[in-house]
Amino acid sequence: MDTHPGNWGNPRPHGGSSDLDILRPVDGLAPAPSAAHGSSALPVSRTQQPIVTGTSVLGIKYKDGVMLAADTLASYGSLAQIRDMKRLVAFGDHTVIGASGDMSDWQHIQHILNDCIIDEYANGDGHQLHPAHIFEYTSRVMYGRRSQVNPLWNSLVVGGFRDGKHFLGYVDLLGTTYQSSTIATGYGSYIAQPLLRKQVEGREDELTEADAAKILDESMRVLFYRDARSLNKIQRATINPSGVSITEPYSLQTEWSFAEGIKGYGAIYE
Amino acid sequence: MSSVGTGYDLSASTYSPDGRIFQIEYAGKAVENSGTCIGIRAKDGVVIAHEKLIHSKLLVPGSNRRIQTVDQHIGMVGAGLLADSRHLVTLAREEASSYRDNYKTPIPAKMIAERVASYVSAFTLYSSVRPFGLSTIIGVMDVHGPALYMIEPSGVHYGYFGCAAGKGKQVAKTEIEKLKFAELSARDAVKAAAKIIHMVHDDAKDKEFELEMSWICEESGRKHQPVPADILQEAERLAKAQLNADEMEED
Amino acid sequence: MEKAPSLKPGEVNLGVTNRVTDKLTQIHDRIFCCRSGSAADTQAIADIVHYYLQVFTVQEGQPPTVEVAANMFQRLVYDNKDQLMAGIIIGGWDAVNGPSVYSIPLGGSLHRRPFAIGGSGSSYIYGYCDATYKEGMSREECIAFTKNAVSLAMSRDGSSGGTIRLAIITKDKVERVFVPGNELPVFYEG
Repeated sequence: MDTHPGNWGNPRPHGGSSDLDILRPVDGLAPAPSAAHGSSALPVSRTQQPIVTGTSVLGIKYKDGVMLAADTLASYGSLAQIRDMKRLVAFGDHTVIGASGDMSDWQHIQHILNDCIIDEYANGDGHQLHPAHIFEYTSRVMYGRRSQVNPLWNSLVVGGFRDGKHFLGYVDLLGTTYQSSTIATGYGSYIAQPLLRKQVEGREDELTEADAAKILDESMRVLFYRDARSLNKIQRATINPSGVSITEPYSLQTEWSFAEGIKGYGAIYE
Repeated sequence: MSSVGTGYDLSASTYSPDGRIFQIEYAGKAVENSGTCIGIRAKDGVVIAHEKLIHSKLLVPGSNRRIQTVDQHIGMVGAGLLADSRHLVTLAREEASSYRDNYKTPIPAKMIAERVASYVSAFTLYSSVRPFGLSTIIGVMDVHGPALYMIEPSGVHYGYFGCAAGKGKQVAKTEIEKLKFAELSARDAVKAAAKIIHMVHDDAKDKEFELEMSWICEESGRKHQPVPADILQEAERLAKAQLNADEMEED
Repeated sequence: MEKAPSLKPGEVNLGVTNRVTDKLTQIHDRIFCCRSGSAADTQAIADIVHYYLQVFTVQEGQPPTVEVAANMFQRLVYDNKDQLMAGIIIGGWDAVNGPSVYSIPLGGSLHRRPFAIGGSGSSYIYGYCDATYKEGMSREECIAFTKNAVSLAMSRDGSSGGTIRLAIITKDKVERVFVPGNELPVFYEG
């Protein structure tokens, strides 16, 4: 509300749209201007495409917490443009979000969530957003934007641990959500998800932190071999009872000696 | 108050013949009736404190806080009408948040003080509104370090090393002037603030009070937070002991 | 769509190849930008940011940081990404962060970099830049690096060419260097 006395009595200016304003009429679906009125309004086009993009994010639950992994690459098409992109970011003391998809939208999401966290902080009641709250809020933002036919082009993995409870959830550009003990986005959902399920499902209460790290590293290695938009510089985020920690970027051991034996077109003569 | 009944004191948009705006001065009276607020700018942080008078024993301890957070790095307290203070904090939060949206960086002390002050000032310009019954103290840590501002009902604002508003303003100011700001740490400022608030409180005349205190310093991670309970209790214990000792000397 | 700017700290040093127009645009005393994409779009954006920064300077009573300028660009590009073709590099010096370089690629994300390259010619010189750039280069090394990078881009990119413009931005001053097309650094041309 505009409470400035100098503005009282003046007509209200047209408010801009807000990411949370999901009830606002959707421009793209508004009744078309009647041709009878000779309107020259052009159709609104705003379904973008991702431009600078990040590839897969993986997440798993384990005995004492939740672990996420992603590489640090932001690609411009097939160009490995930014090789130190932070795609795993902590929000508060109990939650990490990993982002794949458009990196400008990802930065926008970070700003929205930080605004939200500052609002909560300013309340001064000592409460901190639970991972499930951040997940729900994020999903409302994502669904709100898709409902304006102007989605934020990302698949996000929200991982958290608080009050003894694990949280691992997925949200994407459509506002689709699900929760599971293993999650993978993008290429990872084809390549890594089966590997993760095999090793994690049913063993969530047994896996140690070291096991979890090993499982993720192994999947990230497979992704590095198979995903042409990946980079062997990865980070892992761990959320456990002592809070959030995100590793510095590190590289995985890779093995290429098999390639030396491949001759010609790779046909095998024995 | 010789002005009462002259007709020049009914509107904030009317001057008296000798160039005063009585509505602003009356707003100042609302501030004078309030529990004392002080702010101290130490070399590594800012401390703000408030003598929260408890009007009813039925109130839950710790409720109706006057010190509020504007942004992670900004704390604000208002001596005067609590409802006005709440309104102004809301305004300040909007300003801080819009600055963040525009520049992706936390609002500097000077800017938040200026913007809140110009809003306060706007309420002295129209006959349809009343001025804020508030003196507002703003403590900030920005890229330039700690800063402290006070905004008065007229909208004037200055930066301070130490400032006070409310009932005990005069005594508090005298005490604050004795501090050596160049050497003062945030921890020292907490002790000084506790002592000053306890000193200005008149046990015989005033209602009981709670000491509210917050800080923004390296120790709080450059975030505005209530001073941790153990540090505050220790400061209050010291303050009471010192004040008792001073009284003994006088006797 | 012709240019390969590149910059690095120590001092910040912006270079632009181009036919004859000046795509190295000063937007504040110690802040410059390199524009690539639509000239109309990037000029309009630079003009708006130039205006914002003047207002900012008056309001705050001190010059803006490069970070603030970069964020203004970012917001304009991001909020209007569907309407714009703009890839912008911002470089400059400020009292808070010293020399800094930011890159805003097409989608409107913002990246602080040790050096940045952009524009159509830049794809030809990623290799050169990655191989040559070192942290903490001297002023002379920076100038050589920038000039060579831009010259190499010009020689391989049909859409780049003409002259090189550099700005060397330090705390104390801004120097602008103009390299005419007949005095470019020359490399293997076979």
